[in-house]
Amino acid sequence: MSLITFDPARVPTFQVAAKSLLGDTQMRKNVRHATDVIQNKRAIVVNEMSDWQQLRESGRQIKEHTLRHLGFYLQQFEENCTKAGGVVHWARDAAEAREIVIDLVKQSGSNEVIKIKSMTTEEIGLNKGLEAHGIRAYETDLAELIIQMGNDLPSHIVVPALHKNRQQIREIFKREMNLPDLGDQPADLAEAARMFLREKFLRVKTGVSGANFLIAETGGVCVVESEGNGRMCLTLPETLITIAGVEKVIPRYQDLEVFAQLLPRSATGERMNPYTSIWTGVHPTDGPRTFHIVLMDNARTKILADEESRQTLACIRCGACQNICPVYRQTGGHAYGSVYAGPIGAILTPQLQEMHSGQSLPYASSLCGACYEVCPVKINIPEILIHLRHKVVEQNTQGFGALNPEALAMKAMAMLFMSESRFRAAQRMGRMAERPLVNKAGWVTWLPGLLGGWTQVRDLHEMPKQTFREWFEQRGAIDGK
Amino acid sequence: MANSAAARTEVLRRIRVATGPASDRAAIEAEWSGIERAYKHVASIDQEGRLHQLEDRLRDYDAGVYRSTRAGVAALVERILGERGKQTMAVPSGIPAEWLPADVKFIEDTRGDVSGIDGCEGVLTSATLAIAETGTIVLQDAPGQGRRAVTLLPDYHLCLVHAANIVQTVPEAIALLQPTAHLATTFFSGPSATADIEMTRIKGVHGPRFVDVILILD
Repeated sequence: MSLITFDPARVPTFQVAAKSLLGDTQMRKNVRHATDVIQNKRAIVVNEMSDWQQLRESGRQIKEHTLRHLGFYLQQFEENCTKAGGVVHWARDAAEAREIVIDLVKQSGSNEVIKIKSMTTEEIGLNKGLEAHGIRAYETDLAELIIQMGNDLPSHIVVPALHKNRQQIREIFKREMNLPDLGDQPADLAEAARMFLREKFLRVKTGVSGANFLIAETGGVCVVESEGNGRMCLTLPETLITIAGVEKVIPRYQDLEVFAQLLPRSATGERMNPYTSIWTGVHPTDGPRTFHIVLMDNARTKILADEESRQTLACIRCGACQNICPVYRQTGGHAYGSVYAGPIGAILTPQLQEMHSGQSLPYASSLCGACYEVCPVKINIPEILIHLRHKVVEQNTQGFGALNPEALAMKAMAMLFMSESRFRAAQRMGRMAERPLVNKAGWVTWLPGLLGGWTQVRDLHEMPKQTFREWFEQRGAIDGK
Repeated sequence: MANSAAARTEVLRRIRVATGPASDRAAIEAEWSGIERAYKHVASIDQEGRLHQLEDRLRDYDAGVYRSTRAGVAALVERILGERGKQTMAVPSGIPAEWLPADVKFIEDTRGDVSGIDGCEGVLTSATLAIAETGTIVLQDAPGQGRRAVTLLPDYHLCLVHAANIVQTVPEAIALLQPTAHLATTFFSGPSATADIEMTRIKGVHGPRFVDVILILD
């Protein structure tokens, strides 16, 4: 995570951002290549599982059950984690979570932290907050290091630097690590990161992580990763601070058997990710002496309260919906103006911002439904997108919003559709009005004003000379009945 | 310091408002038990099949795989370490002495400062169990497996797994681990790897970049 963040008040709408990003052919090539590779890998390891659909259904049910009893499971987690020597903190919003973490880092006596990749810390802009208090954060995940050193923003929830290719990464590392002779093979770049970070792993006394699963039954925390940087941060520091959204809790240890199968195959197309760590509070003679966990709401309870979109909180952050989305694959992640991009971002971001911003995101979709099909916990993203579009319209037609041109046009349409005679009159009028605009082939290629939005990208067929009702009535007259 | 007690009360209140009043424990447990779990739970292949599958998956991750009889372990360890050119290996406490060949230097981890481990050329451990279907080996803080740092810092890991401890599926593994769920637990599947650069899986970032596994047949 870099020091720049997506500022919800200032990011352009998706449509505006997408238009300029579509001109970045290098970025589009990188995104297309990476998402193609990951999708092919996913398809192979998902197809070899004869019980994949059963696993998805169980995953969905476990999450639904947990959310229904979220208060119970959070308190159970708190009790068991505390018993095992962990310290549980609660945060109402991003600012409070930041404040808690900053205080804990100061208490640990360190002015540096090593960090595991965590979308939750991205969401709350933690690094910027730490920096403001003189605390240096080192990202240790390879992709996050690329983002941090490139002063860039994440574009994918699993592979945040997916929009960069190896040559671009080499340029960043060459400059930031002062390695003029660095090669551009992925192995060279990984080796450079290994050398750069090893010293920090052994020296820095405080670690910060996110979490994939909080196990209520045992008070344990589970982190899933590839590189081993996670294990370093979870094991070597004296103090470990974990931040997790309240929705990350699962009821029992046994439930891991479902998610440990769904997540790696969906996320990186692997039968299992290289490393999964589970720890429970503080382990004497193994790992950190002090363990803190911050349970953060930050608008999640708002989503919980909306029964139609509650399933948004079931997300296990695999990124499969991003890789398959025909919109994301064209625009890349930055167009979404949020750390959560793609279909899941299009539903999560506006809700996390309580619909104050991100209103263009529910429209960043063709509603093709591919995201729903690949989702390992069966989140019906298209359904939620439509629900949120409805909310956006409701919000935009309140008060003076009722006077906006779209709202007025919709009201006029409703008036026409309510009465048969008005509808017939409108059809007749439409046929007359379009006459000067129809070309010889029967197409309208230009419309004035707001209507021009349609003809900018596609032609409109002229209206038929006769409506079905008119034809039917005429036929009755001919038959003489 | 933020007022955590007030935050706790408020977050729990918001949840109660969203989900309705809390059900009692028995009702929640009954509902949890009713969750549909129609996926595969038990092994569909015999021990030889599981051995083959595990070997295949581990090789797919670019780990070295060997089979050994109980009596032949030390000789095989000596051969593998010789081929790898390793002279100083870390071991956790609780490793059977008969596994260790005489002419390699083994340094037992005393759980003090980690710099001693960082200086070793590799580490030799046993394991709690292995999952054939995913090529995963599970380590816990138990005799012969040690604390987490010991299998993390060295660049090479030689891991010994008893064939009797190989299961086929993830659910079988989780069921076996449940009684020791409170121990620090690490699942590893091959050497450290990353796919962060153009989604190409490449071996080795921070954990051991080289992994060999010896499967001990009973």
